[in-house]
Amino acid sequence: MNFYRNEMKQTLLEVQKLSATFTDHAGSLRVLDKLSFEVMKGDFLCVLGPSGSGKSTLLRILAGLVRSNSGTVTIKQRALHGPQPGIGLVFQDANLMPWRTVLENIALPLEVRNHTNGTLTRAKRLVELVGLQGFEHALPHDLSGGMAQRVAIARALVQDPDVLLMDEPFGSLDAITRERMGEELLRIWEMDHKTVILVTHDISEAIYLADRVLVLSARPASLKLDLKIQLPRPRRPSVRYTREFGKLAARLRAAIEAENHL
Amino acid sequence: MKKENKRSRRSLAWALVPISLVIGILLWTALVNLGGLPAFILPPPALVWGRFQQALADGSLVRHVWVTLQEVVLGLFLGVLAASALGYLLAKSRRLERALAPYVVASQSVPIVAIAPLLVIWFGPGLFSKVLISALIVFFPVLINTVVGLHSVPHDLRDLMRSLRAGRWQTFRLLELPSSMPVFLGGLRIGATLSVIGAVVGEFVGADRGLGFLINVGRGEYDTALVFVAVFTLIAMALALYGLVVWLETRLLWWQHKPRETNLVGD
Ligand SMILES: Nc1ncnc2c1ncn2[C@@H]1O[C@H](COP(=O)(O)OP(=O)(O)OP(=O)(O)O)[C@@H](O)[C@H]1O
Ligand SMILES: [Mg+2]
Repeated sequence: MNFYRNEMKQTLLEVQKLSATFTDHAGSLRVLDKLSFEVMKGDFLCVLGPSGSGKSTLLRILAGLVRSNSGTVTIKQRALHGPQPGIGLVFQDANLMPWRTVLENIALPLEVRNHTNGTLTRAKRLVELVGLQGFEHALPHDLSGGMAQRVAIARALVQDPDVLLMDEPFGSLDAITRERMGEELLRIWEMDHKTVILVTHDISEAIYLADRVLVLSARPASLKLDLKIQLPRPRRPSVRYTREFGKLAARLRAAIEAENHL
Repeated sequence: MKKENKRSRRSLAWALVPISLVIGILLWTALVNLGGLPAFILPPPALVWGRFQQALADGSLVRHVWVTLQEVVLGLFLGVLAASALGYLLAKSRRLERALAPYVVASQSVPIVAIAPLLVIWFGPGLFSKVLISALIVFFPVLINTVVGLHSVPHDLRDLMRSLRAGRWQTFRLLELPSSMPVFLGGLRIGATLSVIGAVVGEFVGADRGLGFLINVGRGEYDTALVFVAVFTLIAMALALYGLVVWLETRLLWWQHKPRETNLVGD
């Protein structure tokens, strides 16, 4: 299944000299500084960086929610202008609609897109994918944090996007649930190797999940380190205790701490 | 265990209603008898009850109730319609909000009692001026709650809808409407009771029918029992309207009522 992973890849997303500045009455704040990188189809990319460096801004630009000041983003060779259908978004908080059941929340993107045929079947399939059978008709209030985040992931996947953007998706969960959700995400990812860009604060989570980790510098963010993670897949939780894992963690920590001292 | 407790407490609360009513009527009777108050100051409950039956029998009560009810319902409807439409526009446009804010606030600081005579002069003593006064008094709380409700829609959900490329109408129907509904209905609750006050104020100022008019007549003829009948009828009307909104809340906000217990723990 992953024999040709490195050979057969094509570029899915390309970021070139991306800069972003926020301007308000208090002045202007340069957040991204000529950031460039590309993401191969099927890659799992994690983005690390100091707090406030502009990681969320980067994701929001990729989602078409924020405009950059200069530079280009191309997805599947097409320049990005505003929100695109091929993008699934997962926020830090599950961000579910409390008046909709699990199934209805998952089906929301299809409903917006006016899909009528097979909406329910598709939503049900995703309920199964994220392991929430039996909770189809539960309301978000009745779900635990981890379950709610599973719904959010299912909702992002329901329209089969080209790329999944996740902004600290497990950031509000406790450590144990967080690790379990990481494993869960990998399990889902192993099924179709969707392209994922995931922002996190957690070095170990980044290594465990990613094919590649980008470390951003402090604001304004530029690319500080681009590290390939060549741990074998599918990954088991025990990989966290290997020497190789420790080495990678040390490298990433050094890169991030160098930034925090600035 | 917890639920059972709650249920028994609730049935106790319902039993308290007739008990307190009976006690109130007894105290009222005692006050009249012991104080030796004449009937035109404070009529005893029995007299009020008799007057009520009389007004019911000769059809006058029903006629006046019908008039006031029309004013109240139309006023409430118009007021809510105008307020929610303007509220939506204000919530959507910062500029419009800034431009209209002085008028909205000014309109609220003019006491409705002071402009009611003007409206009756302009629009005559008929139905329309009462509807207008009622609508005006309903307008403000509903407007404010519409704006606050729309502003309270979570930003992340707005971003989600934007990322899904939802149109204006879809965003309204799928997100803004349900999300702002709790706050909006809070405004409607206030508006519903105020609409009755608006109609009665209008009738006080100039009318030849309606419950407000009936109060005026009773006062003029020292028929205090009739005044009481009209006042109690108004209270019943306001309560019924309020109850209707509460019922609407339980129907529309079912998703909110259920998790109240978990909210205490979760938040
Ligand atoms: N809409 C906005 N207007 C003005 N400034 C903004 C806006 N959004 C973000 N910023 C600022 O841009 C900087 C980068 O924010 P961003 O949220 O991208 O950082 P981040 O790397 O995601 O931080 P964290 O790790 O804390 O989530 C911050 O200083 C923030 O205050
Ligand atoms: Mg962030």
